[in-house]
Amino acid sequence: MGKVPKKRSIADKVRKAKTSTEIKNNPFEVKINRKKFDILGRKSKHDVGLPGVSRSKAINKRKETLLKEYKQKNKSNKLIDRRIGEYDAKMAPEDKILQRYAMERQRVHDKKDLYNLNEDEELTHYGQSLAEMEKFNDLMNSDDESEEKGLLSAELTASHFGGGGGLLKKKTSGDQQEEEGSHRAKSRQELIEELIQKSKQEKRERQVQKEEAQELTEQLDKEWKSIQALMVKKTPKAESDDKPEEKPKLEEYDMMVRELGFEMKAQPSEKMKTPEELARELKEKLQKLEADRLRRMMGDEVGDSTQSQVHMSADDLNDGFILDKEDKKTLSYQDGKWNIGEADEGEEEDEGEDEEEGESGEDEESEAEDGDEEEEGEEEEEEEEEEEEEDGHSDLESEQESEDEESKQEDEGASAEPTKTLSIEELKAQQEAAKAELPYTFAAPESYGDLKGLLHGHTPDNQRLIVARTQKCNHPSLAAGNKLKLQKMFGFLLEYIGEVATRSPPELTTIDKLIPEVYTMCQMFPEAGCKALQTILGDAGHSMEEVLEVKGHVAFPSLDMLIYLKVTALLFPTSDFRHPVTTPALLYISQALTKCPVRSLQDVTSGLVLCCLAVEYVSFSKRFLPELVNFLAGTLHLAVQDKTSLGYTVVPPFRPSGKCSDLLVLSNSESCKNWSKKSLPLSSTQHLDLQNDLDRDHHRLSCLSTCLDLVKRCCLLYKDLVSFACIFHPIRTLLSKHLPAQTLPELLQELHGEILEAISSAPVAHSRLVLDKKKPIPLKLLTPKIVEVLDYGKKRGSTREEREKERLQHKYKKEFKGALREIRKDSRFLAREKLNEVMNRDAERKRKVRELFGSLATQEGEWKALKRRKRK
Amino acid sequence: MAPTKKRNVSSAKTNQQSVKKAKIDINSKVDSVLESKKHANDVFDILEVLESEKEKDVIGAVSACSKLFCTLLERKELFRGKLPGEEEALSGEFSAEDKYRIFMRHRYNSCVEMLLEHLSHELYGVKDSALCCLMKFAAGEGQHPLEDLDWSEHYSFPRELILAVVERLLSKTTDNSLLISRFQEFLEMEDVRYYVMSSVRENVGKVMDKNKGAVVPLYQGNVFTLMSNISLPSKESELTNFMVKQEAKHEDWKAAKLIEHKRVFERMWLGFLKYKLPSNMYKKVLVILHDSILPHMSKPTLMIDFLTAAYEVGGAISLLALNGLFVLIHQHNLDYPDFYKKLYNLLEPSVFHVKYRARFFHLANIFLSSSHLPVYLVAAFAKRLARLALTAPSTALLIVLPFIYNLIRRHPACRILIHKPSTEDEPLEDPYLMDEEDPVECRALESSLWEIKTLQKHHHPDVAKAAMMINKPLPEQEDDISEVLEITTYEMMERDLKQSQMKSIPLEFETATQLLKGGGDVLGQHFCLD
Repeated sequence: MGKVPKKRSIADKVRKAKTSTEIKNNPFEVKINRKKFDILGRKSKHDVGLPGVSRSKAINKRKETLLKEYKQKNKSNKLIDRRIGEYDAKMAPEDKILQRYAMERQRVHDKKDLYNLNEDEELTHYGQSLAEMEKFNDLMNSDDESEEKGLLSAELTASHFGGGGGLLKKKTSGDQQEEEGSHRAKSRQELIEELIQKSKQEKRERQVQKEEAQELTEQLDKEWKSIQALMVKKTPKAESDDKPEEKPKLEEYDMMVRELGFEMKAQPSEKMKTPEELARELKEKLQKLEADRLRRMMGDEVGDSTQSQVHMSADDLNDGFILDKEDKKTLSYQDGKWNIGEADEGEEEDEGEDEEEGESGEDEESEAEDGDEEEEGEEEEEEEEEEEEEDGHSDLESEQESEDEESKQEDEGASAEPTKTLSIEELKAQQEAAKAELPYTFAAPESYGDLKGLLHGHTPDNQRLIVARTQKCNHPSLAAGNKLKLQKMFGFLLEYIGEVATRSPPELTTIDKLIPEVYTMCQMFPEAGCKALQTILGDAGHSMEEVLEVKGHVAFPSLDMLIYLKVTALLFPTSDFRHPVTTPALLYISQALTKCPVRSLQDVTSGLVLCCLAVEYVSFSKRFLPELVNFLAGTLHLAVQDKTSLGYTVVPPFRPSGKCSDLLVLSNSESCKNWSKKSLPLSSTQHLDLQNDLDRDHHRLSCLSTCLDLVKRCCLLYKDLVSFACIFHPIRTLLSKHLPAQTLPELLQELHGEILEAISSAPVAHSRLVLDKKKPIPLKLLTPKIVEVLDYGKKRGSTREEREKERLQHKYKKEFKGALREIRKDSRFLAREKLNEVMNRDAERKRKVRELFGSLATQEGEWKALKRRKRK
Repeated sequence: MAPTKKRNVSSAKTNQQSVKKAKIDINSKVDSVLESKKHANDVFDILEVLESEKEKDVIGAVSACSKLFCTLLERKELFRGKLPGEEEALSGEFSAEDKYRIFMRHRYNSCVEMLLEHLSHELYGVKDSALCCLMKFAAGEGQHPLEDLDWSEHYSFPRELILAVVERLLSKTTDNSLLISRFQEFLEMEDVRYYVMSSVRENVGKVMDKNKGAVVPLYQGNVFTLMSNISLPSKESELTNFMVKQEAKHEDWKAAKLIEHKRVFERMWLGFLKYKLPSNMYKKVLVILHDSILPHMSKPTLMIDFLTAAYEVGGAISLLALNGLFVLIHQHNLDYPDFYKKLYNLLEPSVFHVKYRARFFHLANIFLSSSHLPVYLVAAFAKRLARLALTAPSTALLIVLPFIYNLIRRHPACRILIHKPSTEDEPLEDPYLMDEEDPVECRALESSLWEIKTLQKHHHPDVAKAAMMINKPLPEQEDDISEVLEITTYEMMERDLKQSQMKSIPLEFETATQLLKGGGDVLGQHFCLD
C-alpha cells in the first residue's frame, strides 16, 4: 500500500525542478554510494543518492494518500466534487468555463438528436422550448389538468427547487417580512403544504373565471342569434359573397405556403465560367488524357491499373450548342471505380457538361439517381424546351417540329458542322430535304440484310441520318434490349462499310459520312466494338495465313480491309504498348508488307496505303516498324533504272531484279515535265485505268512522291533510334547512287534532298551499351543473438526452471523486504501523525486552560482591584 | 499373224454388238478359255476389249486378263524358256500342248505390252488397274518363272517386267506422281524394291545420257517422286516381306541382304544426283536428304561432293544443304574447312523471310552450341544477326533475339557486346564491318548490340519486351528457341485477340469525323476518297 507506484516520475519531476541543481550541488544533500569495483559497460543508476529529497518526497506522498485515508477513517459520507478543473490550479477560469460548457453541449448532443443534423439544440425561454411557444397552441386549451403550466413564478421555483439564494432572499424579503421571527421555526413540511394550498386556490379562482367567461359567450351567442334572424334578410348576398371570396384566398395562400415549403432550397449554382477558364479546363483534361496515353504507350501499367472510362452518350456529344472543341471529351481515363471517379474528378467534367447542356439543373440529379453511364439520353427530352431557346446559333432551329425531331436535327447539324464545308444555306436546304423525306424513328436492324435494306438507295448524308436516328430511337436507356440491339447494329455497320468498300466503284464518301456514327457507337460500346474489329482482323489474318501456307505468298489486302485498318486507327488508340485491337492490326499491316509480292501498280498503291497506315499507327509512339522501312526501300528500288551492281540489298517481297522489279521506272523521262502532285484515289488500289504511257508515268511519279514523303516521315520518326544510320543505310545508298535527283521532277528533288540530309545529319556515334545499374543490394545485417540474461552475478541453478525459480524467489524476497520497509515507514508516519495530533490537542487544551486561567486570573484581579477600591 | 487379224475383226463385231454385256461376256469368256483349250481363241476378244475407249470396259478387261493369265501361270500353261516365233511354232515340230502354250505365251506377251501402254493412259483408273495387274503378273511370274533357271544366274524374278514398268512410270512427258504413290505399296516388298531400285538406276543413266545431262524437269520429277518413296528398313531382320520366295539359297539372294539394298539405294541416288537438277528439285532433295537418304546409304560420305556443291550455291539451297552437312559432320566425321565462315556468309536479310527459316535456326543453334568456338566468331554471329534483325519481321525477331541471348549466355566473353562499362562515356561509331566476309576481320567484338537497343522500340510488345532483356543481366537459363521456331504471325495476333481478361478497352479520345483524318493525316495527304 505504502509503496509509491510512480516513484520514478516523481523523482524526475523533482530532478527537473528548478531547485534540483541546487540540491544536487549541495554536498550535504548528496550521498555517494561508493562502488567497490568499476565494472565496464555497467551503468548504475544509484551511484549518487539524494536522501533528503527522497525522504521529503516520501513524506509528501504519504500526506497525500495515507494521511487522507487516515482522516477519512470511520467516516461514511464523503463529498466528491466532479466539477471540471475545480481543483486544478493551473487552469484558467475561462478555460474551465469553456470546457464545462463544451461538456454540457456534448452531453446534450450525445443523448438524442444523434441523427438530427439540422436541428440545433432546442432553444428555450424560461424553460420552455421556443418552438413550442411559436405554435401558440397552449393558450386556449385550458381544460386540461395541467393548469399550472406557464405559471412559473418566482415563489414556485423557489419553493420547488430551493436553489438560488437570491430568489430565496427575495421571497423572504417579499411577503414574509412580518413573520421574520418565526421564519426559522417553519419547517419545510409546512412550507410545502402552504404552497399546495395556494396553488389550489389559484386554480379554483381561474376555473371560476373561465366559467364566467363561457357563460358570457353563450349569452352573447344567444343574443346574436336573436338579432341574426333580423339581419339574414338584409345581407345574405354580402355574406355569400364574402365567404367564397375568403375561402379561395386562403387556399391560395395555403398553396403558396406549401409551395414555398416544398420548394427546393436555394442551392449554390455553378458560376459561369469565363472562356479562359473553360479553355484551361479543356487543356487540363487533354493533358490528363495525354499522360494516360503515354503511360499506356510505355506499357508499364500492365496489371496495377484498372482502367475505366466514362464516355458520354451520343446525344451529349452532338448537342447543338456546344463549342466544337467541347466534343473532344474524356473517353478513357484511369481512376478507381468509375462511379467514384465521376463523383470525384467529375466535378470539372460536370461543370463542363453543365455548360454544354445549358442551365439544366436536373442534370446532376438524374445523374445521381441513375448512376449509369448512358443516362444523358433521357435528359434530352427534358432539356429540349430549354434548348429551343438556347440554340440560337444552331442553324437548323427554324421549324417548329415535334420535340423529338427537333433535337435530332440539331444533333445532326451540330456534329456535322465541323465536317461540312458547305455553306449554311446549302446545309439548310439539304437538311430540310432530308427532313422532308426521312421518317424519324427506325427499328434497330435485326440482321445485316435489314440494315442494308434500311440504307439502300439513300444519299450518304441521309444514310448517316438514318444511322443516327436508329441509334437515338434505340438508345440503351430507353429499353432493356436496346443495348444488345445497338451492339449488333455496330457489327452490321462495320460489315456494311466493308461491303460498300468492295463495291465497284467503292462508295467511300458513304463510309466517310458514317465514320462519326461508328465512332459514337464505339464509344458507347467499347467491348462490342473491340469484339467486332477483332473478329474482322482475326479472320483476315487467318485467311492470309492459310493462303501463305499453301502458296507462300498472298495478294495485297483488298480495299475493305484497308478501310477497316483505318477505322481501327480512328476508333482505338494506336500508341498503346499493347492493345487488343490495334496491336493485331499493326501486326496484320506488317505481315502484309512482308508477304505480299508487288506485281502491279495497284499493288504498289495498296502497299503505299498500308505504309501510310503504318506511319499513322506509329506516328505518336514512334515505334520501330522494320517492315515499313523495308517496303519503302523496296518501292524506291522499283524506280531504279539500272539494277546492276546494287550497293544495297532488297528484302523480300521485293527482288533485286526480275519480272516486276521495274514497276516504277518511267517509260519516258519527259513525262516528269508536266507532272504535278495530286492525291491518289483510294480506289486505285483495286483497279487502274490508265490509257497511255503518260498517265502511267504520272501515276508512277505520284507513287514515288508518296513514297519519298513517307521515307521523310520515317526519317523524322526514327531519328532518335540508335541504329538510325544502319536502318536507313540502304535507302541512303539507293537515293544517292541509284536514283539521282536529276532524273526527278522538282518537287521530288526537294524531298530527295531533305531525306538525304536528314539521314546524313543523324549522329552515328553512340556510347556503348551497359546494363542498367542495379540497385545496390543492402549488406546482410547480422542481427545479434539475444541471450536472455535472467540474473547478473552468480548463477547456481543449472536448468532453466531452477534459475527461473531462483530468480523469482530472489525477487519475492526483495519485494517482501521492500514492502516491510514501506509498512514500517507508514506506521512510523502514522504514529508520528497521531502523536502530532495528540500534541496539538494537548497544546490546544493547554492553551484554552491557560486562557481560562488567564481570564479567571483577570477576573480575580479585577475582583481584587474592585475590592481594593472598595476598601479605599 | 493372219488368223489373228481375222479374229480381231470378228471379235470387234461381237464387241460392238454387246457393249452392255461386255463385262459378263468377258468373264464368261475367261471362264470358257480356262475351261477348255477349244475356246482358246476367245482370248483375242478379251484383248480387244482391252483396247477399248471406255474406261469401264478397259478396267473390266484388265481384271479379266489378270484373272486369266494368273490362272494360266499357275497351271503352267504358258510356255517356259526361250520363246519361238509364232509362225515358227506353228510350223515347228512342237506337240499340240506346246503349241497351245506358245500361243498363250504370245497372247500373254501382247497383253503385257498393252498394259504397259495403258500405264501412260490419260485416265488414272486405267493406269491404276493396269499397274495392279502388271504387278500381279510379276508376282505370278516370280512364283512360276517363265525362264529356265539353268542359264540364269539371277534368282527367279521378273526383272524385265519390273524394268519395263519402271520405265513407263518414269515418263518424260506426264507427271506420274499419283501413280507412283500407288506404286509405293508394292515397294513395301523387299525384292520388288530391290529390283525397282536397280531398274531406276539403269533407267536414269540411260535417259540422262541420251539427253546429254540437260535438265528434264518432268522426268526428274517422276524419278524423284519414285525414289523419295523408297525407304529401307533399318535392320536386316525386318526384311521379311517378299513377293517371290526363292526355294533354294534364299539367304544368298541379293534382294534378301540389307547391305545389298543399301548399296543399290546409294548407287541409285548417286546416279540421280550426278546430273544437273532443276533448282526446286535441288531443294526437294535437300529437304529429305538428311532423314530419308543419308541414313540408308552404305557410305554416306559419298554425298559430300553433292552437299558441298549445294552449300556453295548460296541462298536457300545452302541453307538446306546445311542439314545434310550437319549429319555428315556430326556422325561421319566430316571435316569441312571454313564451315563457320560459310555459315556466317549465309546470314543475309533473306534468311528471315525464307520458308526454311525454322530449320535454319534450329541447325544454326546446334552449330553454335559448341562451347569451343572462338569468341570473335560467336560475337560476329551475334552482331550480324542483330544487324539483320533490323530488317526482320516480327515472327523472326522472336527467334533471333533469344538466339542472340543464348549465344551470349554460352560464351560469357561476349557479354561485352551488351555490357562494356569501362568505355562508357566516349561515344563511338559502330566499328563492325557488315560487308566483311571473314568473321575474324569484322571487328564485332569491338562493337555493341545497339540494334537490340533499337528494337526496344519495336512496334510489337512481345518483341520490345524481349529486347528489353539486355537492360538487365541475362538470366542463367537458356531460352528454348524451339518453341518459337514455328510461330506464325497469326499466332501472334491471336495472343492479343484471344486475350479477354482486359477489363476495359482504351478508346481513342480524339473524335473521329472523317475517314482520312487522324493519326497525323498521312493517309489524307496522299490519298483521296474517289
